Amino acid sequence: MREISCEQLRTAVAELFLTANRQISSDIRAAMEQARDRETSPAARYALEQLTENYVCAEEDGLPICQDTGMAILFADIGQDVHFTGGSFEDAIQRGVADAYVGGLLRKSVVSDPLFDRKNTLDNTPAIIHASIVPGKQVHLLAIAKGFGSENMSRVGMLTPSAGEEGVFNYILETARLAGPNPCPPIVMGVGIGGDFEQAALLAKRATARPLGVRHPDARYAALETRLLDAVNALGIGAAGYGGRTTALNVAILTAPTHIAGLPVAVNICCHASRHAETTL
Amino acid sequence: MTPIEIRLPLDDAQIAKLRAGMTVRLSGPCYTARDAAHKRLTEMLDRGEELPIPLTGQCIYYVGPSPAPEGKPIGAAGPTSSYRMDAYAPRLLSLGLKGMIGKGARTQPVLDAICRERAVYFGAVGGAAALLARHITSSELIAFPDLQSEAIRLLTLDHFPAVVLIDALGNVFPERA
Repeated sequence: MREISCEQLRTAVAELFLTANRQISSDIRAAMEQARDRETSPAARYALEQLTENYVCAEEDGLPICQDTGMAILFADIGQDVHFTGGSFEDAIQRGVADAYVGGLLRKSVVSDPLFDRKNTLDNTPAIIHASIVPGKQVHLLAIAKGFGSENMSRVGMLTPSAGEEGVFNYILETARLAGPNPCPPIVMGVGIGGDFEQAALLAKRATARPLGVRHPDARYAALETRLLDAVNALGIGAAGYGGRTTALNVAILTAPTHIAGLPVAVNICCHASRHAETTL
Repeated sequence: MTPIEIRLPLDDAQIAKLRAGMTVRLSGPCYTARDAAHKRLTEMLDRGEELPIPLTGQCIYYVGPSPAPEGKPIGAAGPTSSYRMDAYAPRLLSLGLKGMIGKGARTQPVLDAICRERAVYFGAVGGAAALLARHITSSELIAFPDLQSEAIRLLTLDHFPAVVLIDALGNVFPERA
């Protein structure tokens, strides 16, 4: 048994959300600079120049990369030999999120009641927590600061087996086309195939955090990712929706076993910043 | 791509020379409002109340900034998706609003209203929030403080970079196939 204090968890969560919001990850930055240098459309290049310069402005001025600092999503993979001490696991995470958003001058974007009151909770809590128990005595935390410009463009499709690869391909491509300029392209597309309604969506969310350049281990899915990325870029939506050659930076697929009658597909769209950070305790 | 300098508030002569696809630099006063503020403005109009902001010739920026660090007028301040304001925009345009700054596409009723009222829709680059904040030199809370980041603020823009996405003739950038 390994003990981890809730205080340590709280501090780690706060640091992750501050990092995710303030620092662009190195793979995304490199991809955006490459997209800028390769862009032939003047308007799209103008947008990509602003976006790559924005990383510098954020760092120099102590501001988040984007004003929509997102809803806080935390994936916690908890080793089964870990015991959290000195408080509640849930409470420690929520306090960590509040520390980051209140203390770190991030925008508070959460309302308590979704339909009627829509009253701001003032500290960006509650975070959405996806906890799972894994072997070992470590805790892996993946923090995603999810803006809703892109979240609103995400979809779940309950396809059926006869749809096959082409049906899946077309559904994902159609999602990018319908999203158009709204999700702040170039986008990162996380795709979940299989499972059930909510597992597909959860896989899609997690897939958005896969590092660029890493492909699915199964060559058939890896090929599908590459084919989709090319097709999405051929849509010509482009950076900021201004046209050009870069509409997406990545398409990442995660899969799960599913029912004999089903072929669920979920597409979670992230903006070009794809803000996430991870750590292992 | 040499930008055209535009002074806010907008006048008809300035609007007439703008064409979809042109890059511009906006300077002058501009109000912020997004989903919740638009809903409240519309409810006030329904009740026959006077609005907390003037509309004639004015420009609204669809933005909910992050909190301002000490010594700075505003935090990160990039545009939000404009389509969510489409349910409210035609009414504000009919009351004299001349400019909107946001990101993404608009629906047909907004396009029609922009033409009818000889207005303009500017796009700022979504996610360039820290860069855009450098082009905002002041921010003053005007109405609905309980809405937090969604409150209405009066900003002063200074060479704020934007692109004309819909002009007063109804041309749209980029043209969609």
